[in-house]
Amino acid sequence: MALTIGSIAVTMLGLLFVTFIIGRVMPIDPVLAIVGERASQSTYDAVFLELGLDKPLVVQFGYYIWDVLHLDFGTSLLNARPVSEDIARVFPATLELATLGIFIGIVIGVPLGVVAAARKGSWIDQLARVLALVGYSMPIFWLGLMGLLIFYGILGWVGGPGRVGIFYVDVVPSVTGLILVDAALDGNWDVFKDAFSHIILPASLLGYFSLAYISRMTRSFMLEQLSAEYITTARVKGMSEWDVIWKHAFKNIRVQLITVIALSYANLLEGSVLTEIIFSWPGIGSYITTALLSADMNAVLGGTVVVGLIFILLNIFSDLLYKVFDPRAK
Amino acid sequence: MAEQTLRAWLLTDTPTSRRHAKLSALYQGWLAFRANTMAMIGLGILLSLVLIAAAAPLLAPHDPFVQNLGNRLAPLGSEGHILGTDSLGRDILSRLIYGARITLYIVALVAMIAPIVGLLVGTVSGYIGGWVDIVLMRITDIFLAFPRLVLALAFVAALGAGIENAVIAISLTAWPPYARIARAETLTIRSSDYISAIKLQGAGGLRIITKHIWPLCVSSLIVRVTLDMAGIILAAAGLGFLGLGAQPPSPEWGAMISEGRRFILDHWWVATMPGLAIFTVSLAFNLLGDGLRDVLDPKAGE
Repeated sequence: MALTIGSIAVTMLGLLFVTFIIGRVMPIDPVLAIVGERASQSTYDAVFLELGLDKPLVVQFGYYIWDVLHLDFGTSLLNARPVSEDIARVFPATLELATLGIFIGIVIGVPLGVVAAARKGSWIDQLARVLALVGYSMPIFWLGLMGLLIFYGILGWVGGPGRVGIFYVDVVPSVTGLILVDAALDGNWDVFKDAFSHIILPASLLGYFSLAYISRMTRSFMLEQLSAEYITTARVKGMSEWDVIWKHAFKNIRVQLITVIALSYANLLEGSVLTEIIFSWPGIGSYITTALLSADMNAVLGGTVVVGLIFILLNIFSDLLYKVFDPRAK
Repeated sequence: MAEQTLRAWLLTDTPTSRRHAKLSALYQGWLAFRANTMAMIGLGILLSLVLIAAAAPLLAPHDPFVQNLGNRLAPLGSEGHILGTDSLGRDILSRLIYGARITLYIVALVAMIAPIVGLLVGTVSGYIGGWVDIVLMRITDIFLAFPRLVLALAFVAALGAGIENAVIAISLTAWPPYARIARAETLTIRSSDYISAIKLQGAGGLRIITKHIWPLCVSSLIVRVTLDMAGIILAAAGLGFLGLGAQPPSPEWGAMISEGRRFILDHWWVATMPGLAIFTVSLAFNLLGDGLRDVLDPKAGE
């Protein structure tokens, strides 16, 4: 346990070190970025000292860690607001999208994987294989564009880019920042319906990519269980195939599955970067890329640190879960 | 008749020399691989891609950079432009053909950098052991735990947009799995008898690593590289799409999608065609990788 906490700390320090180095490598002068090019030398020097740039690198790194621990990522150069405030504002949008995405991925992916393993070689197994292969090979942003073209442009089944239609912007008070939840809390079902029609396409897209991974992993875990001797025993006892699969085999892969789901949730948070851009989704991915294109380094690194920390935590959480619940891993 | 004997010579159970054994193993691997239709399709697609890239000036019907504003956004099947033209009137087919060069260039560079870095780190870590192993594996774990795309974004932001920097950024995030594999292989090889025998003959650490450990790590690395290629192509296309990879007017496929995105609802083919190209190539790498894995590393298959 102590080792795990130690390794979390070391991994996070590593992440901060990398972002710190990236911040230093950046050819943009951080002082100039704040004071502007026409500032006098004395203003420049004052800000130079204020930022601690005269101190040794190690000390600067210490300051940087201190700031991050206090959730202080500096101020955005674009709108002069603290980066942490901006991230807190955009993060719920990403969370909502990724959560609905992983939900779709689980609800379809797990049963698909189980059936593919139980009926190995059947058309369902083949379908699962092709779905996964295509999922691994498809550029997510392109599939998103094609989805927009077909379901929004041609068929008109779903809402277009953005979280809600223009008439519904800021209609419901923001409580959780999750627009579906906010609309439901407010009892405003028109907004809920509109928001749902906007989120369903990008969420399905992310769901598809997690489904590709989840169904493959479910299948191979199940195959491993189904070839075990206790399954043969259960069958010989005359247990129905349904019970063999769900009560015996599936029960034994639950822990492995949860670790896989935690991992693909982490990947979804990351995968949402490109998806958000296609769907003009105002989440952390859009935030990072917008900041990138305007060389707003504080915002880029702040966003990277937040996504990185969540990613690391989910990774370690899945590792830990495995160790705690699966006695064989000890 | 000569073929028959060559075949028999290749398939023999009793090779007469080291080279004979090697060739024989290679041939039997090829036979197993050839039986895998999907993998052969993948190989075929990739070989054609290489040919297309090599013969781009001969194959492309137009200059990929020449604009013709009078004929912009021409639809599929237009006169002289089978795949239509983009917003500046450039022939999409020609741009796709030239874009194959960029894709191959990126893939080749990453495939040279990331596995070699991983191989170095992994074998040194596994062979030397002790605190070197602990430190190197800690660093590997840290990089493994990072979100790859976001980190690549941050790297490119720091280094500046461009193909070479995109390659560096992708390689920086792609090497850790190779280090893990190489280390695991090294650990098993290190304790085998023949390594002790060479040590007794007086071979130094450098010789053991380069001459006896590396060759044995290569096959599992090749499988992993091939399977990773799809991800690398997608990452490179993603960076291009974000405007952080190849810069205009370069016909990089991701950048072409990004450009076509503005007209997606009215002129869908501009963004669709490069996407299909990316999909085809990364699918081919996945098929090839699966086939290679079955031949070279049967344990890892299902």
